[in-house]
Amino acid sequence: MLKVQNLTKQYEGGVQALRDVSFEVPKGQFLAVIGLSGSGKSTLLRCINRLVEPTGGKIFWNDVDVTAASEEDMRFIRRKIGMVFQHFNLVARSSVLTNVLAGRLGYVNPFWSLINKFPKSDYDKAMHELGRVSIADKAQYRADELSGGQQQRVGIARAMMQDPEMILADEPVASLDPVLAHSIMAYLEQINQEEGVTVLCSLHFLDLVHRYADRVIALNEGRLVFDGLPQEIDDQKFKDIYGRDAERVG
Amino acid sequence: MKNLKPILRSLGIGLAVIAVIIIYAFGFQVTKVNLDETRNPRRQQQLTRILRALAKPDLLTYEKEEVIVTQQFMVPCPDGGFTTPDVDRSGPYITIEPACADPRSMVTVKGFNFQPNSSGPIAFIPTSQVNLGVGDFEADANGEFTTEIRIPARPDSAVQTIRTITRTNVGAPKISKTAVDTWDKIVETVFLALLATTLGTLFAIPLSFIAAKNLMKDVKSPLISIALNLLLIPLGIFVGIQLSNYGSQIADLISRSVVGNIAGLVIAPAIAVPLVRWALPQAELTRPSPKTRILRTLGLIVSVLIGILGLQFLAKIVIQLGDFLAPKLGSFTFLGTFISDMGDILGMSIVVITAALAAGIFSSIGDRTGKLITSHVNKPAAKALSMLLSMLAGALLAVLVMQSLNWFYEFDNLAVTIYWPAVIGGAIGLVTSVRMAPKDDLPVGIVLYYIARTVFNALRSIEALVWVIVFVVWVGIGPFAGVLALSLHTIAALAKLYSEQVESILPGPMEAVTATGANRLQSIVYAVVPQIIPPYISFTMYRWDINVRMSTIIGFAGGGGIGFLLYQNINLLNYRGASLQMLAIALVVASMDYLSSRLREKAI
Repeated sequence: MLKVQNLTKQYEGGVQALRDVSFEVPKGQFLAVIGLSGSGKSTLLRCINRLVEPTGGKIFWNDVDVTAASEEDMRFIRRKIGMVFQHFNLVARSSVLTNVLAGRLGYVNPFWSLINKFPKSDYDKAMHELGRVSIADKAQYRADELSGGQQQRVGIARAMMQDPEMILADEPVASLDPVLAHSIMAYLEQINQEEGVTVLCSLHFLDLVHRYADRVIALNEGRLVFDGLPQEIDDQKFKDIYGRDAERVG
Repeated sequence: MKNLKPILRSLGIGLAVIAVIIIYAFGFQVTKVNLDETRNPRRQQQLTRILRALAKPDLLTYEKEEVIVTQQFMVPCPDGGFTTPDVDRSGPYITIEPACADPRSMVTVKGFNFQPNSSGPIAFIPTSQVNLGVGDFEADANGEFTTEIRIPARPDSAVQTIRTITRTNVGAPKISKTAVDTWDKIVETVFLALLATTLGTLFAIPLSFIAAKNLMKDVKSPLISIALNLLLIPLGIFVGIQLSNYGSQIADLISRSVVGNIAGLVIAPAIAVPLVRWALPQAELTRPSPKTRILRTLGLIVSVLIGILGLQFLAKIVIQLGDFLAPKLGSFTFLGTFISDMGDILGMSIVVITAALAAGIFSSIGDRTGKLITSHVNKPAAKALSMLLSMLAGALLAVLVMQSLNWFYEFDNLAVTIYWPAVIGGAIGLVTSVRMAPKDDLPVGIVLYYIARTVFNALRSIEALVWVIVFVVWVGIGPFAGVLALSLHTIAALAKLYSEQVESILPGPMEAVTATGANRLQSIVYAVVPQIIPPYISFTMYRWDINVRMSTIIGFAGGGGIGFLLYQNINLLNYRGASLQMLAIALVVASMDYLSSRLREKAI
């Protein structure tokens, strides 16, 4: 259960990215976050695991106040929240296996991980997660030798290494072609339905939202302007979210 | 009015041109540009000589064969006249016409059967056997020559001699002595540069992370933690040094016998390794209870202590092994000496390692305590504690700073070195803590970043040539002083270059790894290090190349390497030798360029 209360973020320099955003996400939901570029979607997702420090409001996750957590507490909170990125954010020169194992860093003792020593069970788990996204055969490849779709699958495997209860997906398919987009979304859906992992996913295309999301929230200039079911987005709501001059394409 | 603007503009341009002319004229005068000298024939001749010498590096020599041909001669003609005795005409011979002559008169010397195109000096040898040069000859393609010489004023009643000498190269060319010396020194130079680069790199890598803004800007700590750190780190260093001294004494005692030493070497890791494994479990699926955590910390400290003792044993046994092997290895004695030196270096580093470890442990205790206080103690109490601790920390810091200044300037005045700094530092600490809430984070990272940058800039602006003078005083003239001087400069230069690479990494992977719950050190190892390996390799190789070239300069100041030889040869006007040494440097630099590009290809 994720509760976001009056979340506000003002960047240094005065840009107001989030204004008083409040919503709740029950466990196991697939929530889509939509809005124009710059509407605050990425900031919202990054505030939840405090990659970005909120300037106001509170976030409760499983009744723990994330905004008040110490650096050490954050380690235990973050390791249960996987994250998937638009640009995959893999370490290009490391092997796929190392990239996936990095998902385990919140669990292993820092000392042993510094000398690249992971428990045997983590290696098995890494191979299992790579198998789930069907690229187990690429484990020893360098990450930058993989295609975009494959890299994003490594990103998902890395997130799944964390045994997450929630996955934050920041426009996971925005740099992929439509066919690949569906395959990546299908993996997220599978994880959501089979493992009961809560998914918060920011998306650009409404057809993806209709196809995969249980619920949608929309941001416009940092304000929450819509919270409801995907099919409730009619033409009026669409204009509220994307502005007067926007045209529906999908 | 309309016409005035273009006129003013032309005037401005005219003035600017005049100003430029004046600037360059002054520049010519200051740098003493003298074109007459460049046209001076004497200077041109010297220049030609030097350039020709430089174009002929002193690499090969030949075995010389001397052919001496003599002919009897009388000065002046005796009463009965003088006839040249018959000579063997099968080999080279000379004839003189006339066979006798007055002092200072001209005679004709003819040579036959000489080596075609050979040449050499002609000398007049009086009875005193002094060699008086009277001219040179050059044989033609038939091995014959005719030349006129002037007889010196050496009248004598006895028969004197006229002699020619030809020197010819025989046999295969041989490596000259200069070449052998140059080889010795260029090897020394390459290894000097290698050691300096290695040493510099070892220190520069960790320092470069401190000097990288993107890593340091988020490092923040509450005032209480900082104050505790400032108090505990010096204490930690002190405790560490004490501990390593005790360890050294205990190890000394046990390692008197080789058996005890080996037993210690086996037992220490046998205890320490399992203890570390217990204290640092591979994965923490649940948060450990406070009791387990304290027990684990204690276990870790004990294993570190045992580990240090083990290192002491290792250092001692390595020294013994090296000393034992050195005399037995014949021409590989240097391997034994190296092993012994490694043991010595290990022994010396133990103090540093222990001090750093103890400081690290104390600092992390301070950090945790500080964070515990800020989050668990009520506000007034936290404020009071913060004020007290910051005051103490400020006082301690000021006293330590003044004590180290005292080492340089020898104030030797307690008021200057202890009382006043304590009061002022304490006051600054107090004011800071009063003005700040205990929970407010201070940007420690950025402060450390600026300190590191300043130190690097200062170190870098002092050239290795200057450092070499300092180190020559410390360790004596020779390549070791050069290694130390170049290392110091390498640390500062590489740390700067490295840190700029760290600053230019892609932030995405760092973000992703942080999001998994990795701590700062883990994210550096998993997200930063893989990205910086190729630039680090190329910078290190380039630095090695710079160090090879720098070693020509530091050799001038007694830092060893090929520079010493080059300097000597230039002073002795032996340009052919100097030329060979410059050639050697160029070859080394070129081959290192090739090597580094190959290495980079592999690493990217």
